[in-house]
Amino acid sequence: MKTQAFPHIPSSEITPKSLYLSRREFIQATGLLAGSLALAACAPDLSSTPTLDTVETPATMQASDELGDAVNSYKDITNYNNFYEFTTDKKGVAALAKDFKTLPWDVQISGLVNNPKTYSVDELVKKFQPEERIYRLRCVEAWSMVIPWVGFPLSKLLADVEPSSDARYVRFETLFDPQQMPGQKSPSYPWPYQEGLRMDEAMHDLTLLATGLYGGELPAQTGGGIRLVVPWKYGFKSIKSIVKIELVAEQPSTLWNIIAPNEYGFYANVNPHIDHPRWSQATERRIGELSRRDTLFFNGYADQVASLYTGMDLSKYY
Amino acid sequence: MKRRATPLQIIVHLAGWLPLALLLYDFFANNLTANPIQDIEQRSGRTALSFLVASLACTPISTFFGWREWVKRRKALGNYGFLYALLHVMTFFLIDYGLDLRSIWRDVNNKPYILIGAIAFLLLLPLAVTSFNYWMKKLGKNWKRLHRLVYLISPLVLAHFFLAVKGNLSTLQGNLLQPLLYSIVVHVLLLVRIPKVKMALLRLRGDFNSRSHATTGASAKEE
Repeated sequence: MKTQAFPHIPSSEITPKSLYLSRREFIQATGLLAGSLALAACAPDLSSTPTLDTVETPATMQASDELGDAVNSYKDITNYNNFYEFTTDKKGVAALAKDFKTLPWDVQISGLVNNPKTYSVDELVKKFQPEERIYRLRCVEAWSMVIPWVGFPLSKLLADVEPSSDARYVRFETLFDPQQMPGQKSPSYPWPYQEGLRMDEAMHDLTLLATGLYGGELPAQTGGGIRLVVPWKYGFKSIKSIVKIELVAEQPSTLWNIIAPNEYGFYANVNPHIDHPRWSQATERRIGELSRRDTLFFNGYADQVASLYTGMDLSKYY
Repeated sequence: MKRRATPLQIIVHLAGWLPLALLLYDFFANNLTANPIQDIEQRSGRTALSFLVASLACTPISTFFGWREWVKRRKALGNYGFLYALLHVMTFFLIDYGLDLRSIWRDVNNKPYILIGAIAFLLLLPLAVTSFNYWMKKLGKNWKRLHRLVYLISPLVLAHFFLAVKGNLSTLQGNLLQPLLYSIVVHVLLLVRIPKVKMALLRLRGDFNSRSHATTGASAKEE
């Protein structure tokens, strides 16, 4: 299996060693709490790592992202989830998603394409050869993780269905099944979850359709059967358990944008300089760490994606 | 003079320490989610608000249901509320922000929900300090006046809660159920303190009581 350390980062972007060390000292100095946190962070629950069948080699437990930050434990990644289709309680999702059927899973691609088609995830995995990608995930709630996804670029799938020339956006939709997803019985949200990307964002090589995690299957609570991962945008853009992908001409509606348009924009690029109207986005807590760290522009992927937004007023198109 | 603790007194003090015990248990059992600091903040915040609501409920319970002992328990409930508010605020400033004054100052200035929460806590401080009998005697009538600050603190705390969750108040969409429920209870508890409302409710209760007495009397006659 090929592990790509994405992307190249200039040394100026890397946290200075002195800062990193002082963080360490603070964690050590804080004793008890820090101790138990460190224990939690260093103890990936090996027993619950799923059987390998989407990739042939086990995931690297020591792996880190291209900035040198270690991946979060499998346990943290699969037990701290924002997935309101199950519950708004992040630690309650795993239990409720226990019996959710992620296989077989079908995705329908339609709209402005020459070859509309319904694929099974099995088919996609065979056809597009998923690889491991270690990405940072920054939640709009100001916490973050480093996650070893297994997936393939969305661009490969789009090339396969051949978008027509008037396709300008891609719209995604999550499964709507209140029997399996009890959170969808709540009238407080306009289900089903929907998200969207501009065509150039969707075609970007960093934009991933993930079918696995930590070298294994993609557990239901993290968005199985198949999910989107757009690492330079806030987590809510990375829609989970996708059943429908549609190519469209107009900018699609997105769930959080419908609920609160002044707070959750269509672009939702990670940006420490543009605060959420009610809370700050300048810093974040990396899960497993005690002190906050500064949030990076485009979540640290500025070199790869900033050019997509040249000339756009990012404070207007947030 | 020795007095035995009343059942209500025992319940109040058990309820006061139980959330802290649970929090400590979950802390040592590694049960505070992957983001333990946020979990401590959210749980201590909700607990503080719950005790604030309980302390606001004492007077109405005594007035409308005639259970006078609640008024005696009001101070303890208020103090437990302060304990959890203190834990909430300390976790935020000392652990979450690691006393990083630059970040704290920036967020207190820019972020309404932190600013409102900080104001509510500052207003709560003098109430906690003056909760000792010494101050009650010393301040006399002014003690009661000072402690009416709670009528200002509770809406501030509710606003702080509403602003911290994801959702939209104008369309009632999002994660608003909890703050909404707390808000309804606090509104009721504040409304029934308005003299006109209070008198109307007491009159209603009087009518109801005399009518139920009348019916019991009537049925007794029939037998």
